[in-house]
Amino acid sequence: MGAEFVQFSLTPILIGIFAAIACALPGNFLILRRQALIGDAISHVVLPGIVVAFLITGVVATWPMLMGAAAAALVAVFLIEVVRRMGKIEPGAAMGVVFTSLFAGGVLLLEQSDTSSVHLDVEHALMGNLEQLIWLRAEGWGSLLDPVALSYLPPELLRMAVAAALIGALTWLFWRPLKLSSFDEGFARALGLPVRTIGLGLVTAAAVAAVAAFDAVGSIIVIAMFICPPAAARLITNHLGRQVGWSLVFAVLSAILGYVFAGYGPLWLGASNSVSAAGMVAAVAGVILLLACLFGPARHRVGVAAGS
Amino acid sequence: MADLTLLQSAEPLDPASPLAVRGLTVSYGEKPALFSLDATFPVGAMSAIVGPNGAGKSTFLKAVLGLIPRVSGDVSAFGRDVDRVRDRIAYVPQRASVDWDFPTTALDVVLMGLYGQVGLWRRITGAHKTHARACLDRVGMADFADRQIGQLSGGQQQRVFLARALAQDADLFLLDEPFAGVDAATEAAIIEVLKSLKAEGRSVIAVHHDLSTVADYFDHVMLVNLRRIAEGPVQTTFTAETLAEAYGGRLGAVQIDALSLQGA
Repeated sequence: MGAEFVQFSLTPILIGIFAAIACALPGNFLILRRQALIGDAISHVVLPGIVVAFLITGVVATWPMLMGAAAAALVAVFLIEVVRRMGKIEPGAAMGVVFTSLFAGGVLLLEQSDTSSVHLDVEHALMGNLEQLIWLRAEGWGSLLDPVALSYLPPELLRMAVAAALIGALTWLFWRPLKLSSFDEGFARALGLPVRTIGLGLVTAAAVAAVAAFDAVGSIIVIAMFICPPAAARLITNHLGRQVGWSLVFAVLSAILGYVFAGYGPLWLGASNSVSAAGMVAAVAGVILLLACLFGPARHRVGVAAGS
Repeated sequence: MADLTLLQSAEPLDPASPLAVRGLTVSYGEKPALFSLDATFPVGAMSAIVGPNGAGKSTFLKAVLGLIPRVSGDVSAFGRDVDRVRDRIAYVPQRASVDWDFPTTALDVVLMGLYGQVGLWRRITGAHKTHARACLDRVGMADFADRQIGQLSGGQQQRVFLARALAQDADLFLLDEPFAGVDAATEAAIIEVLKSLKAEGRSVIAVHHDLSTVADYFDHVMLVNLRRIAEGPVQTTFTAETLAEAYGGRLGAVQIDALSLQGA
C-alpha cells in the first residue's frame, strides 16, 4: 500500500466509490417507486448526447459533453412521457422503446461521424476509463498534503465527489417528502406536498449522478449501481433508513472489491492481464445481490409472513 | 340561466360546514366523472358517500383535496380554501392505493401523520413517538407498532392507516372505503373510533359501499352517480326512490325495499 497504490489505485477506487454512492442513493427511491428502469434509460441516452455535443463543438471536452448528456436525458424523459401518453402503453415499455432507440441512434451517429481521431467510442461510453484515472504526480501518501501534486488529481475525482456530496445532501434534506411520496402519494398530496416536483427532483438527481459518472466509470457501473446495491439492501432490512445505509455499504464494497479483483484477480488465477474494472465492479454488485437473494433476512415478503 | 349561475356563486358556501362544494365537475380525459355536484356536509356528524361502482365516490374525495384536477366548481372547508386548512383535514386513502411491501413499520406510518406538524427538518422526539403509539393503541394496534407493514393483515393495515389519520389531530376525516376487505373485528374497531371522533365534535366523511350498514353507522348521506342524486339526513334521504335512482337497474326492487326499510 505504498506509492504505487496511491499513484495507480487510490484515485480510481475513490472515483468508483463516489460514483457508486451517487447512483445508489437515488436508486433506493427509484426501486421503491418501481421506476428502476429510468436509471437504465438515462444512462443509455447519455451516448447520443455526448456524440451530438462532439459533433457540434468538435472537441472532446468535459463540459460540452456533460451538457449534451444532460440535454439528452431531458429529451429522453420528455419522449418517454410522449410515447406513454400517445401510445397508451405502460411506462416500462415506453422507457424501453425510447432508450434503446436513442442509444442505437447514438451508435449510428458515432459510426457515421469522424471520431476516429478522438477518444470517443461505444466502449468508452459503456466501460468508462476508470483504469486511466490515475494520479501520476503522487509520490506516496504524503502527496495528499502537497498542493502541487493535488492539483494534478484527475478532475473526474472532484466532479464525482461533488456530485455524490450534492446528492447525499439532497437525500438528507428531503428525506421525509421523498419517503412519504414514495410510500403514499395520495396522502402526501393531501398534506399539500408538491408530489410531482419531488418525483421530478428524484429523476433529476438520478440524471445528475448518471451524467457525472458515465465519463469516468461508464454506463455499466451506473446501471448496476442504481439497482443492485439498493435491491440487495432491501433484502437485508425492512427499515428504509437502514436500507439506504446498507445500499451505501454495498455500493462502496462493490467499487473497492471490483477494482481490486479486476486489477489483481487474474494474476491470482495465473493469467497475465487485468480485466475491465467497470465490468468487475458491476459483476461484484450482482454477486452481492445474488447473495442477498439467497441469505437476506428480509427476503420473505407479503403473503408469506406470519402475523395475520 | 347565466343570471342564476351568477346569483349562486355570489352566495358564499356555508362557512360552518367542514366541507361544502358547489358545481364540482371532474373528468378523466373525455369521460365525465362528476358533473356539477353540490353538497354541504354537517359538522360533528358521520356522513356517507354512497353510489354504484364508478359513480365518482373516490373521485369526489380526491377532487376536493386537489389530488386530481377539477374542471370547475367551488370547494370550501370550514369556510376557507382547502389549501389553507390542510392541517385540519386527515385523509385515509384506499388501502389498495399503496405498496405495503414498502420498508417501514406500523409506528413509522403513524409518524408520517405528524409530518404536517413537525415539518421537513425538525426532529421526531420521544413525545411524538408516544403520541403515535397512543394512536395505534386507540385502534387496537399497540402490539404491532414495530411490525413491517407488509406483515399485517388487511384489517390491521386499515387500522394503521386510521391511526395515522388520528395522529394528525384533524377536525375533518375523509376516508375512502375504510371497510373494504377488512374483517368484522376491524370494522367494529374502526366504527367505534369514528363514533368517538364524532363525540369529540369532529366530522367524518366516508366513501361507503355496504348499503346494509349505512343506516346503522351514519347520520348523513350523499348518494352519487356522476351527479348528486340526493343528500341529507339518512332517515329522510336514504329511501327506495333515491336508491333506485342512484343504482338504476343494478339493485333489485326487493333489495331496495329491504334497505330503505332499515333506513326508515
